[in-house]
Amino acid sequence: MTVFLSLTFSGVALGAIYFLAASGLSLIYGLMDILNFAHGLFMTLGAYAAWDAATHAPASWGAPVIFVVSLVAAVLGGALAAGLTEVLVIRPLYGRPISQILVTIGLDLAATGLLLGAFGSNPQSLPVPLWMMEASHFAGISLPNADYVAFAGGLVVLIALEWFLRRTRYGIIIRAGVENRTMVSALGINVARAFTLVFVIGGAMAGLAGLLYAVVFSGELVSPTQGDSLLIFAFIVVVIGGLGSIRGSAVAALMVGLVQDYTNFYLGNHPGMAEIGNLSVVLLLAVVLEWRPRGLFGSAL
Amino acid sequence: MTNAFDVTDLHVTIGGSHILQGVSLEVPRGGVTALLGRNGVGKTTTLRALLGIVPATGTVRVMGTDVLGWPTHRIVRLGVGYVPEDRDVFAGLTVEENLRLAEQTPEPHYDEVYSLFPELRARTRQRAGTLSGGQQQMVSIARALLNGWPLLLIDEPSKGLAPRLVSELAEVLERVATLSTVLLVEQNLAVVRRLAQRVVVLDHGEVVHTGAADELDDPVMARRFLGVAGAS
Repeated sequence: MTVFLSLTFSGVALGAIYFLAASGLSLIYGLMDILNFAHGLFMTLGAYAAWDAATHAPASWGAPVIFVVSLVAAVLGGALAAGLTEVLVIRPLYGRPISQILVTIGLDLAATGLLLGAFGSNPQSLPVPLWMMEASHFAGISLPNADYVAFAGGLVVLIALEWFLRRTRYGIIIRAGVENRTMVSALGINVARAFTLVFVIGGAMAGLAGLLYAVVFSGELVSPTQGDSLLIFAFIVVVIGGLGSIRGSAVAALMVGLVQDYTNFYLGNHPGMAEIGNLSVVLLLAVVLEWRPRGLFGSAL
Repeated sequence: MTNAFDVTDLHVTIGGSHILQGVSLEVPRGGVTALLGRNGVGKTTTLRALLGIVPATGTVRVMGTDVLGWPTHRIVRLGVGYVPEDRDVFAGLTVEENLRLAEQTPEPHYDEVYSLFPELRARTRQRAGTLSGGQQQMVSIARALLNGWPLLLIDEPSKGLAPRLVSELAEVLERVATLSTVLLVEQNLAVVRRLAQRVVVLDHGEVVHTGAADELDDPVMARRFLGVAGAS
């Protein structure tokens, strides 16, 4: 029972990171009909921004403060990268969705290549406070503190995002735009601003996901391709949850995190089953789409 | 005084179909001008082209300002309210959120809107997608009226409504027309007769007749232009 509970909590932590990675992707698709393949790049750049900030911060600040600085750098790095992408790359191609999708693929490939050229294929070590690697006991189980941080990060973002979408004018504009952006324009609202805002929010969450993934699941290492590997699961989460649905992304992220964790632990040690965790996620996707072709939460936000 | 709308040689092609083939019309300020024609002649496309929702060529002036090529939100902010053909309320948003979204002026006219549609006041927290067709139409019209815009484009407001509701709707639109200039697309001839002072008839993407609304009392005219019996 203790093992199962431990697996459940670590699965929830993994799900929280998937949610951070997927929710921006889902919003961008819902509002703009763009499958943003550059989203993985935002995660990578967020992680590199965190690494850069942490390695350049004076040691006298202390590890906890440096980690907070790297957290802020990850969020700002992801947001800045996403905002610039929307304004400079996506905006000139409004009304050409296929071109927009293709350009995000090209941007991701090009930028990943530049990162590989600049930093090499060897990952960079991200300084994190020691207490993140230590374990805490809770409800009879023992988990690394980093898992709690990931869970808290996902929960805070989910609550903040729900508040933003439900309580603010721009949140209402985004929800309405996901339903019918032409009608939003016909009410006198500049939808292009909402597009940029959604990219910035999505990029900020992706940056945070990039950092937390590096801390929790990559052994505090940052590499040029880590965002792309996370992007695959983010896309699966978005499709399972329903394109454009934040709540759907949250539920689907938890499902994917848990299924991956359970199957990896219970079946992954058998011969030839090393990749069973990833396979189980794809099977989950197939089952959900067979049952609900538009995902768990359809197109509602 | 400049006209509410001046349209010259308006062409719209969508998906290879040349839908508007040189529409020219004037909508003077005040009252209701009805845009009529059989199904598929380009009435809705004309309204959408005026708002920049579909790309067009030609000339479109809104209160004297040349707006062709402008983004939709800028045209609307000149003072144009829009009630689309299928209401297009945001189903996942509440009535209150639908109205809040439409606010473009510092002092939205909520009192006026709720005096026209008292039922909406009691349903502010209800999701618009759960409203009846008539109630959704109220939300759609209320959004267009909220800012007190001087111009309104209203597309088939009676479509799909029960006869009793159509009569109530016509009454509301009569009051609306005393406040704003209305360009109305409508298939219900009784509503047109009740509201409009002028009619513009489209056929095959062109204006084929412009005149006073009472010309529609002639059944021959009604049949010729609209394909309906037109008897009062």
